[in-house]
Amino acid sequence: MEFLFYFGDVFTPINFGLLLIGTIGGLILGATPGLSPTMAVALLIPFTFQLEAAQGLILLGAAYTSTVAGGAVSAILLKIPGAPANIATTLDGHTMAQKGEGAKALQISFLASAVGGVFGVLLLIFLTPVLAQWALAFGPSHLFWLAILGVTVIGSLDSKSVVKGLLSGCIGLWLATIGFDDIMGAQRFIFHPALGGGINIIAALIGLFAIPQVITMFAKGRARNDAEVLEVQKHPISGAIAELGRNKRAMGIGTLTGSIIGLIPGVGGQIAGLVAYDQSKKFSPDRDKFGTGHPEGVIAAESANNAMVGPSLVPLLTLSIPGSPTAAVLLGGLLIHGIFPGTDLFDNHPDVAWTFINSMLIGQVLMCIFGLYVAGMAARVAQVPQSIMAAVVLGLAVFGSYSVQSSMGDVYVMASLGVMMYFLERFGFSAAPLVLGLILGPIAEANFIQGSMIANATDGMAPYFLGGGLNIFLIVVVVASVAYSGYMELRTRRYISKEEIMA
Amino acid sequence: MRNVIAGAAMALLSLTGAAMADGHANYPERPIMMMVSYGAGGATDFQARIVTMTAGNEDALGMPIAILNKPGAGGRVGWNWFATQAEADGYTLAAYNIPHFIAQSIKGGVEYSADSFEPIANWGADPAVFVVAADSEMNSMDDVVTFAKDNPGKLTFSGAGLFVGHHIAALQLEKAAGVKMAYIPTKGGGAAAMKAVIAGEVMGGVNNLSDAFRAQEAGNVKILGVFDLERNEFLPDVPTLKEQGYDVDNASVNFRGVMVPKGTPQAIIDQLAETVPTMFENKRVAGKMKAGGSPMHIMNRQEVLEMWAAREETLKELLAGL
Repeated sequence: MEFLFYFGDVFTPINFGLLLIGTIGGLILGATPGLSPTMAVALLIPFTFQLEAAQGLILLGAAYTSTVAGGAVSAILLKIPGAPANIATTLDGHTMAQKGEGAKALQISFLASAVGGVFGVLLLIFLTPVLAQWALAFGPSHLFWLAILGVTVIGSLDSKSVVKGLLSGCIGLWLATIGFDDIMGAQRFIFHPALGGGINIIAALIGLFAIPQVITMFAKGRARNDAEVLEVQKHPISGAIAELGRNKRAMGIGTLTGSIIGLIPGVGGQIAGLVAYDQSKKFSPDRDKFGTGHPEGVIAAESANNAMVGPSLVPLLTLSIPGSPTAAVLLGGLLIHGIFPGTDLFDNHPDVAWTFINSMLIGQVLMCIFGLYVAGMAARVAQVPQSIMAAVVLGLAVFGSYSVQSSMGDVYVMASLGVMMYFLERFGFSAAPLVLGLILGPIAEANFIQGSMIANATDGMAPYFLGGGLNIFLIVVVVASVAYSGYMELRTRRYISKEEIMA
Repeated sequence: MRNVIAGAAMALLSLTGAAMADGHANYPERPIMMMVSYGAGGATDFQARIVTMTAGNEDALGMPIAILNKPGAGGRVGWNWFATQAEADGYTLAAYNIPHFIAQSIKGGVEYSADSFEPIANWGADPAVFVVAADSEMNSMDDVVTFAKDNPGKLTFSGAGLFVGHHIAALQLEKAAGVKMAYIPTKGGGAAAMKAVIAGEVMGGVNNLSDAFRAQEAGNVKILGVFDLERNEFLPDVPTLKEQGYDVDNASVNFRGVMVPKGTPQAIIDQLAETVPTMFENKRVAGKMKAGGSPMHIMNRQEVLEMWAAREETLKELLAGL
């Protein structure tokens, strides 16, 4: 209960002011394509040089929580996921916006973010010591199986046909091999200097999601000057709260998946949203509606990616190991004031630690309030005529992919992947499984090679990858997931053929 | 509208023209950019931001230095860009990491070597250390080597990748002790390598002194030896490998400093070489670096040139067998 003692510190005028600046600034940065949470926090670090330790961390913590939620804005309105965390949000969120329900989609996404986020921070407050052990339990073999579990999701994610889903997943896995391999020291498929560092995930995201859309808009030509959506439906906030109440299952699955997966160093943040989306689809009676603008999909994805924020800081705060790139940046923010995360932080600087954690709690609520306030206005983006919209999205796509590493190479990668995706989409492939392959490929590969190096030096491959409770548990889940997808595929097939007979 | 654009273009042209004509007597007359070939928030980026924060002071360069991150492929992306595309006009600096870029250039597949760059000054030196988990039975380097001798190839130890300081240290240890061990490079840098040690996935690891010092303070690891010529002020009780009887020098120490591309005007190089070390000596800079647990080691241009040459020689010999 120590955290309650430091709650007052959040509300001193300066601290609260910084919290407001961090939250509002974070929402804006998060809504800008290409500015991922990591970048936003890194951009703010120099400002914290002048501040006291607790104040600096309030700013960074607030910015972190609200950029994750802000990413949903561009995902829903422009179909550009700002970070891997927001990929799943585009699937149903953007379809809702196209139907004129942008305001509703934004409202439920901010509400779901707040609920998930508060839960995640509460986990951080109460269960940190237990969670730290859990975060360490995942070694290379477990991370490998976890990535394989992600691969089993690929087939069923956002595509009509499992085969096409798997195929685009394979394209993603192949793209992931491009670049310099840190473990074996090999250079693979580097046929242009822009590919030396591999394919940057943010640039790929922007290209794969935004460019096909831009081309489609341009392809319509001048025949239609108007916007797709002529009227954006107004949506009362109470309605959004009621919608959230109706979808407790998606909410619960999203929050739990997000907080559990978010904890795992190096993996969590990127796939939490997608795994939660897929799980709630599998458990939902309305699973056919997913992908057609179904609120459940937005709720699951957004509650998961904000629930991840709190637990993702556990390895940093307790063990001094940054588990994600954003955590590494926050570590810099602590070190600059001479504070070492770990026991030093909680024993000698409890005021800094708890003020920081409390500010993330309050930040979630503030983020939700501001988000709801702007949702109605922001949704009007859907009324912008297509010709203008296409130009704006294209401009943002170039800006966003350039700003990731200040490199024109990333812009070329973005553009070529985007053009490729346009043609793939015409043949019924979709971007989400491809991106999932791109994210999971390196995780599976690196952990397999690392695990096999350790296994060969110690007790052999079979006991290392197949032995131990956690490995067996993960393998069982993988098998169950594959079996379930196979079963569903067979059932729907029979259903279709029956319908064909009727016709 | 067209006239306005043409006018603006003319104005821009005349501006750049003026700057060219003027030579570099007034250098620097606009903000300077420094490229860091690692991501924002990493140790190199973090230190680069601290040591350049006083650049705008009157007694330093009088112009701020902005950090530009070009991460990827263990630094290769950034250094490739710096060697081939950066303008040698004195307004584009870069941070170097030794032994990383020299080892990479010896190994090949990159577009730079030590001759592509001109060093300005060195700000930090982060030695590699050998760590084991806090509950490990090994308490000295002798315990480690004895285990490795009894179980050839079975002692697993982590490090941040290939051809970086950690890898060099691992090679030196194996050579000096005459043992075969299993070096496990991790993806995700020193943090991932440290996590592997703390979680017990590997039996030991090579890591940065600054990160290991923090992990030891948190009670997670024991530090058994320093891969340097002298003991470090952060860890006065930890002996060097040399003291423990292994012939290991400072070839793996991660030196960080500032450089410019070859072809930068000599006058500008001289001016930077004179000003930049004094900028590093600033009290505020030293205070922030110490607080963050980042060991400083200031060297002038001449000393860095000698260090680069010496390093190139050692590394060529060490990597020849790979």
